[in-house]
Amino acid sequence: MTILTILIPVTLCMGVIGLAAFFWSLRGGQYEDLTGDAARILYDEDAPLPSAKTARRAAMTKETTK
Amino acid sequence: MGAGNVSDIGIDMRATEGKSLRLATGPLDRAQTRASVRAIADGLGLCVLSLPGIRCGGCVATIERALNARDDVMSARVNLTLRQASVTLAGPDADPVPIIEALAELGYAATPAEIAGAGDDDTDGASKGLLRAMAVAGFGAMNIMLLSVGVWSGAEGQTRETFHLVSALIAVPVVAYAGQPFFRSALSGLRHGRLNMDVPIALAVVLALALSLFETARGGAHVFFDAAVTLLFFLLIGRYLDHLMRDRARSAVTGLARLSPRGAMVRQNDGTFAYASLDAMAPGAILSIAPNERVPVDVRIVSGDTDLDRSLVTGEAMPVPAGPDDTLEAGTLNLTGVIEAEALRSADESFLAQMMRMQAGAESGRGSYVRIADRAARLYAPVVHIMALATFIGWVLVTGGDWQTSAFVAISVLIITCPCALGLAVPVAHVVAAGRLMRMGVLMKDGSALERMSEIDRAVFDKTGTLTTGTPMIGSIPDDPAMRSGAKALAQRSIHPAARAIARRLPDASAQIVDEVEVPGFGIQGVVDGRRARLGRAEWVAEIANVADGAASPAFAFEGGSSVSFDLSETLRDGAGDAVAALKGAGIPVAMLSGDMAERAARVGADIGIADIRHVATPADKIDALDALRSAGHRALMVGDGLNDAAALAAAHVSMAPASASDAGRTAADFIFLRDNLDAVAATWQVARDTARVVRQNFALAIAYNCIAIPLAVAGHVTPLIAALAMSGSSILVIGNALRLNRAGTASRAEPTRLAAGAEIAA
Repeated sequence: MTILTILIPVTLCMGVIGLAAFFWSLRGGQYEDLTGDAARILYDEDAPLPSAKTARRAAMTKETTK
Repeated sequence: MGAGNVSDIGIDMRATEGKSLRLATGPLDRAQTRASVRAIADGLGLCVLSLPGIRCGGCVATIERALNARDDVMSARVNLTLRQASVTLAGPDADPVPIIEALAELGYAATPAEIAGAGDDDTDGASKGLLRAMAVAGFGAMNIMLLSVGVWSGAEGQTRETFHLVSALIAVPVVAYAGQPFFRSALSGLRHGRLNMDVPIALAVVLALALSLFETARGGAHVFFDAAVTLLFFLLIGRYLDHLMRDRARSAVTGLARLSPRGAMVRQNDGTFAYASLDAMAPGAILSIAPNERVPVDVRIVSGDTDLDRSLVTGEAMPVPAGPDDTLEAGTLNLTGVIEAEALRSADESFLAQMMRMQAGAESGRGSYVRIADRAARLYAPVVHIMALATFIGWVLVTGGDWQTSAFVAISVLIITCPCALGLAVPVAHVVAAGRLMRMGVLMKDGSALERMSEIDRAVFDKTGTLTTGTPMIGSIPDDPAMRSGAKALAQRSIHPAARAIARRLPDASAQIVDEVEVPGFGIQGVVDGRRARLGRAEWVAEIANVADGAASPAFAFEGGSSVSFDLSETLRDGAGDAVAALKGAGIPVAMLSGDMAERAARVGADIGIADIRHVATPADKIDALDALRSAGHRALMVGDGLNDAAALAAAHVSMAPASASDAGRTAADFIFLRDNLDAVAATWQVARDTARVVRQNFALAIAYNCIAIPLAVAGHVTPLIAALAMSGSSILVIGNALRLNRAGTASRAEPTRLAAGAEIAA
């Protein structure tokens, strides 16, 4: 019985972490192009989705290398 | 839809989806493309390009590699599902035209896609909201089930109470969050005095939660937390699938949308031409319209000669010449010459606007269609409520006032009859059917289209662009090789559809040609192998050669020589005959509505076996014809593509359009087929019939389940364990039955197998 007082909160925590991870990935747009992502795994030069920050960084590197 | 949607009508794909890619090179195209760049954060510009040509991961990699290597592109990302590329440019004023040209060199036609408006964002948010609610409900259902299994397998006393308490702690927030879609819909239903399917759901969940909390507080043996949350989870799956399917099909349809004339090049006071949007255009403005551009508003030509493609307006397939003082309707395609024209009416009074208003009017007739699930709910919800209430009263009377037990039994009736299987029965079948249609190259707007399709008893086809491809074809060709190569040489220099058809049909190598001039409205002239030659209208060719009286156009002749006439006919769309035969074979009479002339309509009708032909039909005639069918009690399928069909497509019980249709046609149609083959019509009808059958079976399963479950519940034998088992069991049964649609489809469609096989490979 006492073990349950530990196990139940642990189970719930793990569930909540999973749920949070799902929400995070949903907000990150990981479910927007499932067909495309299935093919993307085959590219050599696949890069992660650019966020606003990385887009700016990419812009800056391009400016400097020009 | 009102004036705001005038701009939805635009360049159709016929102009662009030929063998060669057409670049956006006109001044109007450039101006519009530049106007499509939207400012985003950090001073960058975002341009969303629609790339209908991408098919696979390879295309995605090629495009991204090419675009990301460019200096003027900050980043590019291709979405294969939507067939779109989001390109980040250096600034909101950056010019995306070079990028479109680069893509064309790679072999992908690209046009700026409509940037999603506020309405689209809303539905996108709704589908994400449903997904979140589903995830939360799933989380709750899993955890509560774990605890419930503990209780079912014999947890007693203190342990059971703790488990119940933990379940309550999970269930209350989960129901509060995940139940919102149902609560909101139930409330709005009640406010309008209707009982929809969400009312029993909301009531059952809330009551079950309340009673379970009460039972937990007093240490009772049975609580319904698990049932309440699992019910929400299953129903949210159904709701999300329904939403997902509609979203998919709609985004695929908008992905197809081509650049529409949202503006025109208008003459300024200083005589130069500048881009102006449609709303800013006043009557009297002088517009310049280049070849391959659509006329944006109703105009009268001031100067310049040209040929026009009026097929979208009138359904007439062959190009017609036009000159000063001719009046053109908005939506006409200018083919050969640059014209200057005076705007006669403002954009919201133009022919296009009238068409859109007619379409909106016609659509309201179909708006009264009630989806099967809603019809079922209308019958089902009152029955469930009355039964639960009767059970409660009965138990109170029998037990002599034990309201707690009575409430427990009444709630278990509500839960077990809750339309869990019913909620899944329709969306699951529709999603599976939509997947099968998608593999066949048919996009569907929403599930009710499938339901309406299965009910048709009449089919009406438009001619130009639907039964025929809209591209002219040459019948006989002259025997003289010199004439053939001369004609081909001239024909190759023109973008006139008739000239293209001639060039395609003549196999010979083309002759040397110099000094060629295209005279818009007449034809093309040049010096071929040292002799002057003309290809064009017979009267015009007669000026330099002997042309027999009454010779057909287009004609070709060398100076002083005799002429040959090319016999232009329309090309039947692949599978047109098969589609008509399949529908007739299934006992559905087929008719043809054409805006074209009697003779041409009759010829096509004879070729594919349609006897019931109405020709020279105006858009209003077409609506009248469909309204007549409707008032005679018929449910008609309309297949059409043009602007002149858009209103009729909306007026019909259900409608289909090819992907080559005008934007207006695609907006109005319920189904859009992407491949050129008209077989899609009969195949879609078959899928709709199969789906309707599976939906009926699913309803039968759900009813059969209720027939067993309700007596048990009323008798008070339903413990939470039985409720959970029954609910999951019936849902799984319904899903399994719907999945048969995938398999049944390929096996039962013996006749159009050829199509299915080809389509599946292509997909």
